[in-house]
Amino acid sequence: MSDRITNILLVGVGGQGILLASEILSETFKLAGFDVKKSEIHGMSQRGGSVVSHVRFGKRVNSPIIREGEADILFGFELLETYRYLPLVKLGGKVVANDLQIAPPSVLIGQESYPEGLAEKIRSLFPDFLLVDGLGLATAAGNPKTANTVLLGAVSTQLDIDEKYWMAALEKMVPTKALEANKKAFQLGRTL
Amino acid sequence: MKEILSGNEAVARGAFEAGVKVASAYPGTPSTEILENIIQYREIDASWAPNEKVALEVGIGAAFGGARALVAMKHVGVNVAADPLFTLSYTGVKGGLVLVTADDPELHSSQNEQDNRNYAKFVKVPMLEPSDSQECKEFTRLALEISEQFDTPVMLRTTTRISHSKSVVTLAEPVKGLAEPRLTRDPAKYVMLPGNARIRHHFVEERLQKLIEFGETLAINRMEIRDEAIGVITAGVSYQYVREVLPAASVLKLGMVYPLPKGLIRTFAAKVKKLYVVEELDPFIEELVRGLGIEVVGKEIIPICGELTPGILRKAFASVAGVVATHESPLQIDKLPGRPPNMCPGCPHRGVFYALNRQKAFVTGDIGCYTLGFMPPLSAMDTCICMGASIGNATGITKVLSPEERKKVVAVIGDSTFLHSGITALLDMAYNKAPATVLLLDNRITAMTGRQENPASGFTLMGEETFQVDFPQLIAALGIKHVRTIDPYDLEETMLVLKEEMEREEPSVIITQRACVLIKRDGVFERGTAHGVGIELCIGCKACLKLGCPAIVWQPAEGKKGRAYIDPLLCTGCGVCAQLCKFSAIGAKHE
Repeated sequence: MSDRITNILLVGVGGQGILLASEILSETFKLAGFDVKKSEIHGMSQRGGSVVSHVRFGKRVNSPIIREGEADILFGFELLETYRYLPLVKLGGKVVANDLQIAPPSVLIGQESYPEGLAEKIRSLFPDFLLVDGLGLATAAGNPKTANTVLLGAVSTQLDIDEKYWMAALEKMVPTKALEANKKAFQLGRTL
Repeated sequence: MKEILSGNEAVARGAFEAGVKVASAYPGTPSTEILENIIQYREIDASWAPNEKVALEVGIGAAFGGARALVAMKHVGVNVAADPLFTLSYTGVKGGLVLVTADDPELHSSQNEQDNRNYAKFVKVPMLEPSDSQECKEFTRLALEISEQFDTPVMLRTTTRISHSKSVVTLAEPVKGLAEPRLTRDPAKYVMLPGNARIRHHFVEERLQKLIEFGETLAINRMEIRDEAIGVITAGVSYQYVREVLPAASVLKLGMVYPLPKGLIRTFAAKVKKLYVVEELDPFIEELVRGLGIEVVGKEIIPICGELTPGILRKAFASVAGVVATHESPLQIDKLPGRPPNMCPGCPHRGVFYALNRQKAFVTGDIGCYTLGFMPPLSAMDTCICMGASIGNATGITKVLSPEERKKVVAVIGDSTFLHSGITALLDMAYNKAPATVLLLDNRITAMTGRQENPASGFTLMGEETFQVDFPQLIAALGIKHVRTIDPYDLEETMLVLKEEMEREEPSVIITQRACVLIKRDGVFERGTAHGVGIELCIGCKACLKLGCPAIVWQPAEGKKGRAYIDPLLCTGCGVCAQLCKFSAIGAKHE
């Protein structure tokens, strides 16, 4: 095993299920035999604030938070938040984001407007940016609630981790009644 | 067996493995999940106390009874528990007692960023500081062992990055063979009258000297000698950042941050050419090192405010070979709208703050979700100091204002915060006849920290049914003559009652009673029918936007007047916005 550490940053809005997604990632890396650390701030997270979760894995991980400008993968659950955290991504890093807009409070009350053309702006900085219609694909696969898992599948293709570990992590972390739908959604994400 | 655990989960596991019998706490970020996780170990009697002082007193009782006890709180909670804590240092324990203080550098969810390492020194008790989840588990057990060995409470200090970060932990079996709890009478040790306490003070000072000796060879105070050009003394999460940014440096990692091992520090300092201390917040270790007459660099380069990050250390050590100084991204991005937290759609506090705003009340605030009433567009909070402060602040300010101006003063306090430390302040308001109005925002739960039970919710931490505090009766018993209970979803009533009570030249309490929308238990919060905006009726007056509800979205239209839209997935059907619409454009009937 090399000493290299892989850094994944998950960003979005409180209530979107970011913490569960980062738990599944961490569990997968642990099962694959890596040291893993993850960090995020709770407390205000379910009240619609901006949420950031750091996940790091490798032979040995020290800091639970990713150094500025050194995220290998930015996993965005919402467009504005994805764009906001681009400076934390290393140049040449991979950006995968859900094609979803959630208006922040100042936009809700009409003081500011939601920025336009964010996907294009992200692509101009990260040319192989992968924009995923999470909700559309999940709905097509039969369960709109599995949008995050479709995205997780898309992120998984960026990592050299055997599929069996992803499946084992899903089996451990996802409630039994939702497991089949999530496995299906994950596979769909892997084809993107 | 290996599990990925947060620092809080690992402390709970550590308590279980160490044979803890009693755990008590008041919820507070970032400490809350310790007790929430400890309940999976049914051997432990775990409970929410109404405040941190009571939690510690419960822990003390259990320890005096001979059992191991854990008490947990956030950093400012220790201020509340400080009274018993200082004297507990004198009495010592019988069964081990660990007090977990979860500090919050960067104030992620707090009103100050006090460094509670200072308490260990002030109280003269040992303090351990873990730097990952594995250490959280191990240090919890070690703290209890030291507690019994030295007859002292032991503090375990975590910070938000330790409490809420997850890392791999190796689990172990719980200890066996601990002594059975039983009554022991020893008044010279446990009755702190002056005659006894004077003697115990000598014990405390002798104990401290023994603990310094103990720390010199304690395995968790560890020298890691690598390159001798640079030596760093560090502890807690800072250790991880030092290893990340200065992988070649020699490190003295302190697992026990009080009392400090003077001999070990001298030995380490002699081994390295240049000595640094890397610590968050106060120069706690640094001052002791300087006191030993050792030359050291600390707060000259390491910030005293906020939490550290690998990037900050990189900047601080920019002159050191191999450290890439910059952490500025070459990427330039546009200025963006911020995304602060907001009250949930359907939150029963929203209409109350709208009414306070309309009445131009001077609002003495308190700690809870409702502190978000400070945010625009509600913008109805003028002070916020600490748990329970709203009522005393209101009493004090009415004492100095003119009769006309003091009518504007309204204290707002949540149910859990009122039970934590508002009751005595309300007693004072009644006793000393302060003519302020108190709004008791009763949402049936401790919401801010993630829906914990409290004495008004009807359930215990272990999920058992219990009595519910009767607020009107309690408030009447304190001497308040005017107590009214209203439904905060009824905006007209809320406005009217608030106006009437603000006018009153006597102390009064308005209880606004509605369950938090996040309560999952059946029959407490019932979701209503999602509302909609009738396109033909909405004239775009923006009155509904003054509530700042996340479900109501302003939709601008090119060249024409925009209009409001309600997201049916977010709307809980509380109906407050419909009451603000003069054009009857909002209702459950519209799609």
